[in-house]
Amino acid sequence: MERILFYLIAAVIIVFSVLTVTSRRILRAAVYLLFVLMATAGFYFMLNYNFLGAVQLTVYSGGIVVLIVFAVLLTAHMDHKLDPPDRLKALAVGLLSLFGMGITLYALRSFPWAVTALPEGAYDIEAIGMRLLSYGDKGYVLPFEVISVLLLAAMVAAIIIAKKSTSND
Amino acid sequence: MIEGIGVFDILVVSTAMFFIGIYGFLVRKNLITILMSVELVLNAVNINFVVFNKYLYPDLLQGYMFSLFAIGIAAAEAAVAIAIILNVYRQMKGIDVEHVDTMKY
Repeated sequence: MERILFYLIAAVIIVFSVLTVTSRRILRAAVYLLFVLMATAGFYFMLNYNFLGAVQLTVYSGGIVVLIVFAVLLTAHMDHKLDPPDRLKALAVGLLSLFGMGITLYALRSFPWAVTALPEGAYDIEAIGMRLLSYGDKGYVLPFEVISVLLLAAMVAAIIIAKKSTSND
Repeated sequence: MIEGIGVFDILVVSTAMFFIGIYGFLVRKNLITILMSVELVLNAVNINFVVFNKYLYPDLLQGYMFSLFAIGIAAAEAAVAIAIILNVYRQMKGIDVEHVDTMKY
């Protein structure tokens, strides 16, 4: 049962990834990207990482896709169709990507994975929250604080860049 | 762990996603579609971290935390990128990469 669900999610991810990069209507490409990100959240739920799946759903498919859709609506017409890519270039890049994928999969295939049967740690939200704010061993308070500063900087930067400049127009 | 599914099976999916993202990054001309391809690549890497955490070191939380932070950084990156794209659109009247060559030469 779980295997079938895994193959279903994998098929959804691969098919909609391809559609995301080949669709000529940009809004549809954004919706296909949404499907890919939600299927990825499904992966996380299957692996029993519920909090990570929830973060993926809210931040990625809730936040980033909405941001992309807004950008599409602000910069393009609804029925605007992108030009098809140069045939030769698409072929060359596709072959290059397939080549890279082949090499990577060959390397992954021949690597001896040491899958362990250790008991799992605690993955509930309480344990993760304690880890994020812990100063001690295996605590993550430093990256937590650094990313909060980074998010503030990104927010200020985004506002300043996107603001209409009044001085030079 | 998913029953009957090994590390390699999940890595095949994330590798395919990664290289589809690379393909889109190189072929697409519109800046927003390039951003979408970058999101695909980031997402594939997140899957890798989570899978390594789950299958190889289930007693630690390192891969889990790393993908949590990577998701946050991806959100910041998308916000800044879209601000830049809107600014480029306002100044150049188009967001195809071929039109954005003012900083060249």
